[in-house]
Amino acid sequence: MPPLTGSKPASDGRVIAPPARRLCEVVENRATGGYRIFSALDGSGPEPRAGQFYMLTAADGWGQRTGRPYLPRAFSVAEATPADGGVRLDFLVEAVGPGTERLAALDPGDGLWVTGPLGRPFSAPRGVVPEATGAILVGGGIGLAPLAILHRQLAERGVPLRTLLGFRDREHSGGVDELFGCCEVRLASEDGHVGHRGYVTDLLAVLLEGADAQTAVVYACGPPAMLETVRALCSERGVAAELAMETPMACGFGACFGCAVPLADGGYMRLCSDGPVVNAADIETALVAGSGH
Amino acid sequence: MELGVDIAGLRLDHPVINGSGTFDAIAARRAFGDALLAEFPFSMFVSKTITPEARAGNPPPRIFETPAGMINSIGLPNKGLEGFLAQDLPQLAELPVPLCVSVMARSHGEFARLVEAVTVRDEVAALELNVSCPNVESGLIVGEQAPETLSLLETVRPVTTKPLIVKLTPNVADPAAIARAAEEGGADAVSLVNTLKATAMAPGTLEPWLGAGRGGLSGPAIRPVALEQVRSVAAAVSIAVIGMGGIESGGDALDFLAAGATAVAVGTANFRDPRAGARVRSELEAALSAAGFASLDGLGGRIAASTST
Repeated sequence: MPPLTGSKPASDGRVIAPPARRLCEVVENRATGGYRIFSALDGSGPEPRAGQFYMLTAADGWGQRTGRPYLPRAFSVAEATPADGGVRLDFLVEAVGPGTERLAALDPGDGLWVTGPLGRPFSAPRGVVPEATGAILVGGGIGLAPLAILHRQLAERGVPLRTLLGFRDREHSGGVDELFGCCEVRLASEDGHVGHRGYVTDLLAVLLEGADAQTAVVYACGPPAMLETVRALCSERGVAAELAMETPMACGFGACFGCAVPLADGGYMRLCSDGPVVNAADIETALVAGSGH
Repeated sequence: MELGVDIAGLRLDHPVINGSGTFDAIAARRAFGDALLAEFPFSMFVSKTITPEARAGNPPPRIFETPAGMINSIGLPNKGLEGFLAQDLPQLAELPVPLCVSVMARSHGEFARLVEAVTVRDEVAALELNVSCPNVESGLIVGEQAPETLSLLETVRPVTTKPLIVKLTPNVADPAAIARAAEEGGADAVSLVNTLKATAMAPGTLEPWLGAGRGGLSGPAIRPVALEQVRSVAAAVSIAVIGMGGIESGGDALDFLAAGATAVAVGTANFRDPRAGARVRSELEAALSAAGFASLDGLGGRIAASTST
């Protein structure tokens, strides 16, 4: 087996992954609202960029009862921290199916197969718009995960930030204190249990009315309907946006061609290798059939 | 342990290759860098199927997870012959193993034109014919009909001297009859199985899940079916047989070799681990030793002729 070290980043900033899945140890799994944050110690992989993702498989109990899950599951990394013996990777999970149920039930000491980091990361604001002066982060539900690491990386570089997070209801929320504890965020919830009663995109629409919005870059991740609203709002106002998307995905590295997303000028991209972070202007719609499952 | 095998005169370092359409070496190199080449998982690389014209592929959703497998309906997205030759072939030529190019067309004449354009390239060591497609002239799926398969081979065999592999579909009553037609037409090898026709309902709605309505099942779910088809085909022909269908481990590979396959392909397992092929190869060596074999010699066809139906 070759040494499992990352190569130098590619031109779009993506960090190159070792060419095999590797066994990591789960070091923590804690509840946060209706979600869980589980953490693994990656002893041999490189530190990822915000927006990159990993393909995850529990070493035990993966498909042994019902034959599912069979495929690994794609997870954006919520935080990556250098630690003794490697990089600690944090993932945010909501148990909604056989794969997420198994991952949500991981215990410290359990094995976790990981392949990654994979895919195109978020760009720096000035990589999207040369004259950008700030960033607006918009997260919906479990989709706030990649915005947490993005928030930290942008804040470390002194980029002015505003962060908007929305949730369906109390049961479908979490991660704010743990992943955004350091900073000011504006919240929305459809049931009104916290923040603005309504959609997080209502908050975005108001922000985009401001004079400084024209020089901001919007970074969004969340359910397809939210992303589509973000895409449409930004398109109307001429504001640049990058969206971290999700579709059913078997492999994560361009082999299966399963994760097709329609392009604005025809044809499809492979979300795993051309995304998961896409420029909102490049896609036809964020409402891709099958996404959000 | 010496694991080299011959496929129609082509010497491979070991018997583990990839199934067409289950590993994109160019995209994988983008994700994993040149470390991918340092220990390439396969002894031959089989390209995704190329067609005369570019294809965008099927609308999403394209995949559905099943117990121990998955259904796909990808729709053969590819850059077409011209795009493949200009953009992909130079990159595939950098791989450290022989290259087999998979081709598909909608008529025998178009097939011949594709084979002719690909075979003249020095970078190409072998060709695979994907015959799971309708012939627009007859309306029949070529690989489901022995006469269609024979007539296709009669058209394309004179066009190339390179190893010609026919990829067989499992969606027939008697795959051995199709394999015999391929052999009679001059094929150097057959590979099987392609995916089994399958469909899935969307959770909750009872509407078809896949954008194209239906697709093909792969993964361990189909392994016993594939193993029997490989056995029956290997017993019926004397050309090389490349066996595949849900192979995940060296033990699985050994089963296919014992059933008469000369080589095996790893497909859906690549999606779970990009290095699955290398792992299957190293496990195969251990599995052979454990079964009392010092090499692959004497292994093939052990169950091919010994089983009655």
